[in-house]
Amino acid sequence: MIEVTDLYKEFKGIPVLKGVSTTFEKGVTNMIIGQSGSGKTVFLKCLVGLHIPDSGIICFDGRKHTELTIKEHRLLRQEIGMVFQGGALYDSLTVEENIMFPLKMFADQSFSEMLDRVNFVLKRVNLEDVNNKFPAELSGGMQKRVSIARAIVMNPKYLFCDEPNSGLDPNTATVIDNLIKEITEEYQIITVINSHDMNSVMEIGEKIIFLKDGVKEWEGSNKEIFITENEAVVNFVYSSNLFRKVREAYLKETK
Amino acid sequence: MNYLRHVGKYFIMLRQVFRKPQKWSVFREMLFREIEDLGLKSLGIITFISFFVGGVVAIQTALNVDSPFIPKYLIGFATKRSMILEFAPTFMSVILAGKVGSYISSSIGTMRVTEQIDALEVMGINSLNYLVLPKIIATVFFYPLLISLAMFLGIFGGYVAGTLTGLFFSEDYLYGIRLDFDPYYIQYALIKTVVFAFVIATIPAYHGYYVKGGSLEVGRASTQAVVWTSVVIILLNYFLTQMLLA
Ligand SMILES: Nc1ncnc2c1ncn2[C@@H]1O[C@H](COP(=O)(O)OP(=O)(O)O)[C@@H](O)[C@H]1O
Ligand SMILES: [Mg+2]
Repeated sequence: MIEVTDLYKEFKGIPVLKGVSTTFEKGVTNMIIGQSGSGKTVFLKCLVGLHIPDSGIICFDGRKHTELTIKEHRLLRQEIGMVFQGGALYDSLTVEENIMFPLKMFADQSFSEMLDRVNFVLKRVNLEDVNNKFPAELSGGMQKRVSIARAIVMNPKYLFCDEPNSGLDPNTATVIDNLIKEITEEYQIITVINSHDMNSVMEIGEKIIFLKDGVKEWEGSNKEIFITENEAVVNFVYSSNLFRKVREAYLKETK
Repeated sequence: MNYLRHVGKYFIMLRQVFRKPQKWSVFREMLFREIEDLGLKSLGIITFISFFVGGVVAIQTALNVDSPFIPKYLIGFATKRSMILEFAPTFMSVILAGKVGSYISSSIGTMRVTEQIDALEVMGINSLNYLVLPKIIATVFFYPLLISLAMFLGIFGGYVAGTLTGLFFSEDYLYGIRLDFDPYYIQYALIKTVVFAFVIATIPAYHGYYVKGGSLEVGRASTQAVVWTSVVIILLNYFLTQMLLA
């Protein structure tokens, strides 16, 4: 379990996160939603240690980030997989080298063992015959899959995804969402996904945290988000006409 | 004051760079890659420029010493000295600052703005050590070879120029370049080269690593990197010359 307590972060005096507390369980797809600029990325980067919070505690299965030495931090990071918004694949390395990279760095395995593992995770994200391609030669959806493959190659306990389906067409986006959900359940990972895409929220959001201006405004499941009366959530979720009509129909039906 | 802050941040960066590589096999792989990218790929331009600069220096000297009282072997002598002391180590380093410096800062800068550096850090990798140390080792060990080659080719360029233009006799030239040979000058030149190589690897890395924003800022950072690398090379050249020769 990851416990976040009263997380506070500011940049040059401008507060971005204003005391966020929550918990993330394993095997469940946790989602952080909120408008662009609400602090989702900053929150995620605080969790993985790319930003140092100004105050608050992040506790990974009993390990408080404030009490770890630099070395312990590095070790903890080997249990973390992260999918960045733009994929962040190393563009001078091939797909195979990208995915193999963490193994080469941290696992004492022979080349053929590493290659087996690479091919295994590539297959897991439904990619084949791309081993020797460079990231620039792949479509956006394929890059995201490679990025997911790289994130899970070390068998992480924690998986963080920053807007994993931004810039993808709705079909591909759904495929990626479901892939992350499956992997989360299959390997019992603690997964946290940033998103502003309501489709994914409805599709896979088992626990949803709604951030607004750096404050946790609402928390619940994708069933509850349908019927919540919280004005900010309603405004965000039902900013499109279609969703508003779906909500009205749904509420009428359940009455 | 701002400059001081940058200088401080630069040295703090270096402290992160000079750590033991996390995995030697990965480091070795990176090192070979960098020797190719930063060294071998600069062979062409260094060869070309040093050869022609040597030729021009010889011709200019020949044209300026037409007094019958000045011996002709001075042309070879002057070409040799200026190639070894300044043109090869300093001039070529400034050229490398432009070529290699912009490459280093734009490649690291792109990694920064596309979150590739964050991806390294999340994996638990010391990104500065991983990215910058192999570059330093590659330039510091490879550039002395490159600059020695430039010295040789410059002097050879002067010889070829003399033969082609007929401005001086090749015997005089050969006598001149052998005259008063002092290995300390080569040592001095190579010490300078090592220092400049370090500067060429680290100042652009600094500019690239701490870039914020997008591709526009990456471009701007690489211009800045080339300017500052050149300025620092010229300043250090002055101080090193005073320290080592005066
Ligand atoms: N490194 C940074 N320095 C200064 N301000 C930042 C930095 N990163 C994010 N911010 C600011 O924090 C706010 C939240 O950003 P972010 O977390 O990226 O939003 P999003 O929810 O879209 O991911 C924005 O106003 C952004 O300008
Ligand atoms: Mg974001």
